[in-house]
Amino acid sequence: MDAVSGNFAPTLEVRGLTKRFGGLTAVKNLSFDLRAGEIFGLIGPNGSGKSTAMKSIMGIERPTSGEVIFQGQNVAGLPAHKIARQGFGMVFQHSRPLNRQTVLENIMVALLPDSLLALFHDRALIERAEAIAERVGLGAVMRRKPPTLPFADLRRLELAKAIARDPKVVLVDEPFAGLTLAEVGTFSELIAGFRDEGRAVLLVDHNVKSVAALVDRVLAMYLGEEICTGAASDVMKNETVRRVYLGGAIETSARPETSFHDKEPLLQVENVNVFYGKAQALENVSIHVHKSEFVSVVGLNGAGKTTLFNAISGLLPYTGAIKRGGEPLRGTSAAKIARDGIVQCPESRELFGEMTVRENLDLGGYHLADDVRDKQIEWLFELFPILRERQSQLAQTLSGGEQQMLAIGRALMMQPKILILDEPTLGLAPVILEQLSKALERLRQTSSITMLLGEQNVTFALPHADRVYVLEHARIVWEGDPARFAAEAGEGYL
Amino acid sequence: MGLFTSRLFWIALLVIAFAATLPLYVSGYILGLLTVAFYFGVFAMSWDLLFGFAGEVNFGPTFLIGTGAYTAGIINNLYGVSPYICIFIGAMAAVVAGFILALPALRVRGPYFGLTTLVAVLMLQNFIVVFAELTGGEIGLTIPDVITINAGANYWLALGFMTVSGAVLYGLSQSPIGLVLQASGQDPVQAGALGFNIVKHKLFAFVVSAFFSGLSGALLVFYFGTASVGTVVDVAVGVNVIVAAVLGGRRTVIGAALGAVFLIVAGEFLRPTGELATFIVSAVALIVVLFFPGGFLGAAMSREART
Ligand SMILES: Nc1ncnc2c1ncn2[C@@H]1O[C@H](COP(=O)(O)OP(=O)(O)OP(=O)(O)O)[C@@H](O)[C@H]1O
Ligand SMILES: [Mg+2]
Repeated sequence: MDAVSGNFAPTLEVRGLTKRFGGLTAVKNLSFDLRAGEIFGLIGPNGSGKSTAMKSIMGIERPTSGEVIFQGQNVAGLPAHKIARQGFGMVFQHSRPLNRQTVLENIMVALLPDSLLALFHDRALIERAEAIAERVGLGAVMRRKPPTLPFADLRRLELAKAIARDPKVVLVDEPFAGLTLAEVGTFSELIAGFRDEGRAVLLVDHNVKSVAALVDRVLAMYLGEEICTGAASDVMKNETVRRVYLGGAIETSARPETSFHDKEPLLQVENVNVFYGKAQALENVSIHVHKSEFVSVVGLNGAGKTTLFNAISGLLPYTGAIKRGGEPLRGTSAAKIARDGIVQCPESRELFGEMTVRENLDLGGYHLADDVRDKQIEWLFELFPILRERQSQLAQTLSGGEQQMLAIGRALMMQPKILILDEPTLGLAPVILEQLSKALERLRQTSSITMLLGEQNVTFALPHADRVYVLEHARIVWEGDPARFAAEAGEGYL
Repeated sequence: MGLFTSRLFWIALLVIAFAATLPLYVSGYILGLLTVAFYFGVFAMSWDLLFGFAGEVNFGPTFLIGTGAYTAGIINNLYGVSPYICIFIGAMAAVVAGFILALPALRVRGPYFGLTTLVAVLMLQNFIVVFAELTGGEIGLTIPDVITINAGANYWLALGFMTVSGAVLYGLSQSPIGLVLQASGQDPVQAGALGFNIVKHKLFAFVVSAFFSGLSGALLVFYFGTASVGTVVDVAVGVNVIVAAVLGGRRTVIGAALGAVFLIVAGEFLRPTGELATFIVSAVALIVVLFFPGGFLGAAMSREART
């Protein structure tokens, strides 16, 4: 790689890039070069400014100061659409495709000129869109509409749109979040393909292993500033990077099921079926959770985890029975179920975006006495120190990982008896995973809380489970203790 | 989709051909009613381009309609220029007013755009009342000239105008520009990063919407022979336009015209029930919006898609 890229001037030079939001400096004096045919990684803990740096380069945020030099010309401060037309493409973590148009038409949008004279569809454009769909592996589904596609295909669509107009620079923010192991492999190959086509790729993700395997160089940042830059293996060895980003290993400690002495499990799900129209989302699912037990439900995207949790929370109609303490929950409203202590922290976070961090937390602890609430908040701030600093920031402006912490925090503020965490690790930096892991461990030891954890990230799900269920294609296919998981059910997850 | 769009085309053509024969056998009263309904249909279709495609809720369609209507009327009143020139100037005035309003308003996000447009209506209304000498104030403005007094001719003019406007607006909504508008409406940040100047596209949609609204408003007052706040400016008129568009089906353009015809005709048939009429029509509208959020045409199309 270096032999090729070393001979040419960099495609993109970032010089002293700074972005301030009010009193907060999200990106501070950041400088780096990006060459054609290179993948450059950006890593750092949640809220360290990776997404902000990307958005400032793309013109979505206006840099406070600094230069973004593209092929010798400073583009900093231009609006996003102008920068895009110069040869930039960006893959967004969250996006809303046009749901009434087909996948192909969605790709075609990206190919259209920015002109008010474009009144007729162009044949050549359709062919180009078809080629791009094939290129990212959407060939088989290009006539379908986005709402019918699995998660990974929606992410492919984002890749397709970003490279549609053949950009010289591709910015990719958390492409691996929420993908299964196999899918991460495919996406790594796709992104490596961009490099081989001679594009300059800037990559952000918390999947350290995959990033390290893919990048040519990586820059680690913390609190908006560069810590160090270099080959992935060197950067990962850096003392500061280890401390602020990677953290330590997550420890395991399962308790055998026989150690739970309640005669009847606290939560019982018996032969539950759920249909969405004609599609069956849960088929004869039965699980049980003892009081104080930590149970993980492991399953890939679309296996039915969220459906199961929504049924327990009373958000979906189902057949079969869901019982708490032997009493059927059917007929109890979702609000009452939550008030009585079954609290779900949904994958989609559902924060009140226009309210501050503190207000979101206070709402969670609304029913608590003032002194209890204050104590609970104190405890939470110890768990997620960044939330203390950000108390008065609007939830919607938090970084991806900070939002995730807030969602978990708000659920904990409700002092749940049964806590349901749906994909809590999505978008969290390793170091935060470690913190969250310790917090769960502390909960396990110091309280009688019962927990149901839905994850496809088994490196997180296993250590925190006394028992594990595997959910596949709407059915429970395996149950057992975590120690046996690797040998008996680990394929496709490990 | 391709099959159905062409099917939609044939159905529309049949309906229009049938509508064109009406003056041969129905009363002048019904023709008059439909004439108004057709102009109203253009208001609703113009509104749908902005809401259904660009994703911007314009609470003040009557700002554009009223500007077109009053400008045309005042010029005719003051200078006695030919109605056609007045109507053209009226439409242009709506475009200019729309542009001046939208340029700053489109920079604010979310509900603020809608509020700005609402305030614009109130300002126009005040202007008309305050400058009563020019505008006729609360009594209304008398317009000396007419295009024609023949009920059949007026009807055909309105039908033809609605057909042409519908074709242009529908065509636009299905063109690449329509796609870009939809993308900007759904995710402006991403549309920007894909290289689209969102303000430019939305401004364009607003200007097109203003042109047809103003043109239709001007034609309508020449048909009425008067312009008054109650018929072309009042917020209630704007609400009716919105209800018509939503009733007919968001993002369908053509549906908006259906909704308008339904609203006007139903209102008239229920007139004997007095105050109750408004209530019944509103109740129907509410039910449709709550249970068939896709509107008439949306519901029909999803049934079509399923079979
Ligand atoms: N519009 C805004 N207003 C105020 N603060 C903001 C705004 N946008 C981002 N921030 C703050 O800037 C910091 C950097 O955010 P950024 O999204 O760049 O983090 P990140 O490195 O991408 O984190 P993550 O890994 O969690 O996605 C965060 O602390 C965030 O709360
Ligand atoms: Mg981020």
